Amino acid sequence: MSDTLGTQHLLGIDDLSAGDIDLILRTADGFKEVLARPMRKVPSLRDITVANIFFENSTRTRLSFELAEKRLSADVVNFSASSSSTKKGETLLDTVNNILAMKVDLVVMRHQDPGAAVFLAKHTKARVINAGDGAHEHPTQALLDAYSIREKFGKVAGVKVAIVGDILHSRVAWSNVRCLQKLGAEVMLCGPVTLIPKYAAELGVRISHDLDAALRWCDVANMLRIQMERQGVGPAYFPSLREYTMLFGLDRKRYESLGKEVVLMHPGPINRGVEISSDMADSGASIILQQVENGVAVRMAVLYLLAAGMDRTGIS
Amino acid sequence: MRALPILTAPAFGLTVQRLCRQLVEDRGDLGETALVGLHPRGVYFSRRLRDELVKITGNDAITYGELDITFHRDDFRQRAVTAPPATTQLDFSVDGRRVLLIDDVLYTGRTIRAGLDALMAFGRPRSVELMVLIDRRFSRELPIQADYVGRAVDTLNGQRIQVEWLESDGIDRVSITREVP
Repeated sequence: MSDTLGTQHLLGIDDLSAGDIDLILRTADGFKEVLARPMRKVPSLRDITVANIFFENSTRTRLSFELAEKRLSADVVNFSASSSSTKKGETLLDTVNNILAMKVDLVVMRHQDPGAAVFLAKHTKARVINAGDGAHEHPTQALLDAYSIREKFGKVAGVKVAIVGDILHSRVAWSNVRCLQKLGAEVMLCGPVTLIPKYAAELGVRISHDLDAALRWCDVANMLRIQMERQGVGPAYFPSLREYTMLFGLDRKRYESLGKEVVLMHPGPINRGVEISSDMADSGASIILQQVENGVAVRMAVLYLLAAGMDRTGIS
Repeated sequence: MRALPILTAPAFGLTVQRLCRQLVEDRGDLGETALVGLHPRGVYFSRRLRDELVKITGNDAITYGELDITFHRDDFRQRAVTAPPATTQLDFSVDGRRVLLIDDVLYTGRTIRAGLDALMAFGRPRSVELMVLIDRRFSRELPIQADYVGRAVDTLNGQRIQVEWLESDGIDRVSITREVP
């Protein structure tokens, strides 16, 4: 069992071995304990500067990263596309190089284009954490989901996880599939035919278009958000939201008809009343808020382990 | 690897007992005292001390905690491996207490510096003292000294002190080891 990460950047779950993931989750245990202390702060990254660069909107991920960085005593600079020169036509590389010229050691980036984080890692000396690139990967979300499952069940291997909803546009789904498979969980994708990519079954996952069947099979249901902003662009993926909710929305009646417990997860933000009803999102079966809480500890672990591999003298 | 034992079974136990009695002599019933062992290796020592002190004082409610200092180290990026953290168990506030930090070996003093730093996150102790089983003299990099010492040893650079505990290694023994050139 290794005690250092096999990667310099966290661009996707593909970069991580099962041992790396295990190390991150174990390190997150330590940080979860730190976060329960009266003083929730440690000095590990006090000489590190982190830039949070968000070309796409985010509330949870951005706050979670920023909090994680501050709990580790790092210096933090924030940048969002709405307040930046990208609107004036600056390229991604120019924007980032300008920020790095100010001596930043680590970059957390969200971008609307798949592969943006990989591109950045190739062209800069700083360590890069992908906080979501288009419909490609969102590795820290997958890690915190795995952490939350491990916390609930005591293990990930053998747990049956159904990922329900808009799989086609979801980076969370892809990162989750990769991460859960590496940890030995069984994964099912469930959603309308139009929202599940054609060759998804080749990943070695089960596919279902029947939510009730998926729920009867699984231990955990990860209810993804319908990405409204991607509907209405090009052909419709389903006739109406109301129809989607009737077929793929989870409400109390459907849950109670199962006659068994299913742990409910959601990466947020929730469209209440669409993919999950309000009372189910707030019920005892839901671990949605624990996911958010665990997110900070898991991101602290990622930042800490990447910084640990960093040469103190002269990065960037 | 050649090992030169400097403390073996009977003397080892006597040393631990002597430190306990010294502590009781100084502090009485240990009412205000909190014992805090440092992970990873100091906790074997602190657990042993706690059990011994319960026997000596008859007080089985000695305040006791264990502290992991991984995230407070100043050298974590210079080390080859990043050890995953152990669990801190400190379910009391150290406010106003007389804390006794406990570790197995005092060498450069950097672990203790990190331990002090970590401890302060749990409140403002009235005082902090340090107990170590082995003090490697003349090798400090920081102005830190122990208040209670089991055995002081003088070592060369390149030598290591190995402390083994019955609980984890099957034997109570301290030895000096050295890579054979």
